[in-house]
Amino acid sequence: MASLWRYVLAGLGLAALLAGILAAVYLTAPQAPRLASSEIARSKKTAHGLFVASFEPERGAIRQGELQSWLLTLKTGAGTPVEGAAITISGGMPQHRHGLPTSPQATDYLGNGCYRIDGVKFTMSGLWQLHFAISAAAGSDTVVFNVLL
Amino acid sequence: MSRFSRLLALLAMAVLAGCGKPEFSDAEKKTIASLALSALPPLKTDTTNRFADVPAAAALGSTLFFEVGMSGDGKVSCSTCHKIDRQFQDDLPQAVGVGRTNRRTMPLAGVAHDPWFFWDGRRDSLWAQALTPLENPLEQAGNRAAYAHYIKARFGERYERIFGPLPDLSTVPANASPLGSDAEKAAWNAMSAAQAEAVNRVFANIGKAIAAFERSIAPPQTRFDRFAAALATGIQPQGDDAFSPEEILGLKLFIGKASCVTCHTGPRFTDSSFHNTGVPPVANLPPDRGRIDAVRQVEADPFNCFGAFRDGDASACGELRFMVKAGPELVRAYKTPSLRGAATRPPYMHAGQFSSLDEVVAHYSKAPTSVEGVSEVHPLQLSDRERGAVVAFLKTLAE
Repeated sequence: MASLWRYVLAGLGLAALLAGILAAVYLTAPQAPRLASSEIARSKKTAHGLFVASFEPERGAIRQGELQSWLLTLKTGAGTPVEGAAITISGGMPQHRHGLPTSPQATDYLGNGCYRIDGVKFTMSGLWQLHFAISAAAGSDTVVFNVLL
Repeated sequence: MSRFSRLLALLAMAVLAGCGKPEFSDAEKKTIASLALSALPPLKTDTTNRFADVPAAAALGSTLFFEVGMSGDGKVSCSTCHKIDRQFQDDLPQAVGVGRTNRRTMPLAGVAHDPWFFWDGRRDSLWAQALTPLENPLEQAGNRAAYAHYIKARFGERYERIFGPLPDLSTVPANASPLGSDAEKAAWNAMSAAQAEAVNRVFANIGKAIAAFERSIAPPQTRFDRFAAALATGIQPQGDDAFSPEEILGLKLFIGKASCVTCHTGPRFTDSSFHNTGVPPVANLPPDRGRIDAVRQVEADPFNCFGAFRDGDASACGELRFMVKAGPELVRAYKTPSLRGAATRPPYMHAGQFSSLDEVVAHYSKAPTSVEGVSEVHPLQLSDRERGAVVAFLKTLAE
């Protein structure tokens, strides 16, 4: 009986050891930059609250290293589509001290406050920031979207 | 054996089993899989070159690539610097054609996947790239009128079977180019617009044939790819495919602490973009500011995607249309080179500044400031052992 207990004890010991190894591997693994879900939100209020902006890829998924079209949709706080906005785009990777690899532009107005932003390309994995300067009848405002690859 | 010693033996076995196996996190496994050659997408159709996948065009391009007649002095071809038995490069710090250039010859495996060409991206298509050395006085040192005559005389029938009838060149001067000597420029300016167009068309088609050939140059499978394939399927890599502890450490550093994978990303180990990494200039070479000066060159190139010699429509011109044209980060920014096969083709960097991978890794570990512009690289403080491990891993990309 005593010997059976010893084997159970040994089993427990081994399990604890394995858990320790797994924990060590997990804790020392390189961490991707983590952001709260609110920081990578695809829809948010602009800096001074003039507009509600949402930003998403035109065709679903983000593909690294490819030119893609994204859609920027602008509404007022009351939900009215913002028409005739002038939009300029800048940005980059704050952790790598470099800008965007392309110069995205607003190339089309698709109606209902929706603007096509063409020439968006993310060449690396990591945290990207896109800054939009928006000027419309209601005034000028800015918004920053974080994109994590 | 006492029970206690049995217990000790069991514990020892568990420790050995835990530490002897290559341990990669799920995130690391995902990154490793993204670097494997099997993740390389099929080559996209180049709509700007409708001959890109025409076998006869690739065959003519192959002939022209190795043809020393395609030069001003009759002694230099593309293959003089892009040597077929040396990964299509020449092992020299700076390429030597008719003269000595100021840049390292780039290897060609997988080149057709690039959006930009040359170290600084001063051309926006493979066919426009192929035309540039033909007229560079330090490379092939010819001129486009002479190339048109040469094609008609030597390869007229082959050319016409692919591209259609050659133009009448009887009144075109023997030597003329907008980029050549004063005499060649004068001869070019004296030509009619129709003659210039006709010569440019033949010249562009030479580039399109050479590009069709270069599309076939693909990166080969390496030991790393076999290791990655085994890891992805959960099979223990066997024999030569298994990595040594040093190679595993190097791979972990490459995708982790050393951040190499930030730029050397994807199955070609490049983000195809331009970065200032503080690589020092070479004494006695002309000033070299990298990408910032290439922007105007690619915009001015009549063979760029917006030009008259593009096939297909302008929807293929996104890279040129949305190109970053200004900004401090373009100063001394150079293209991230692929690391496949790099271990067996020193020297390194855009002008062959470093003679070994040890020097390259030491440079990135130290991250010196750039002589102009700002280096994007942060110091890594890698130990001797860690630097050696990164080099050991890089060697698996050339085996």
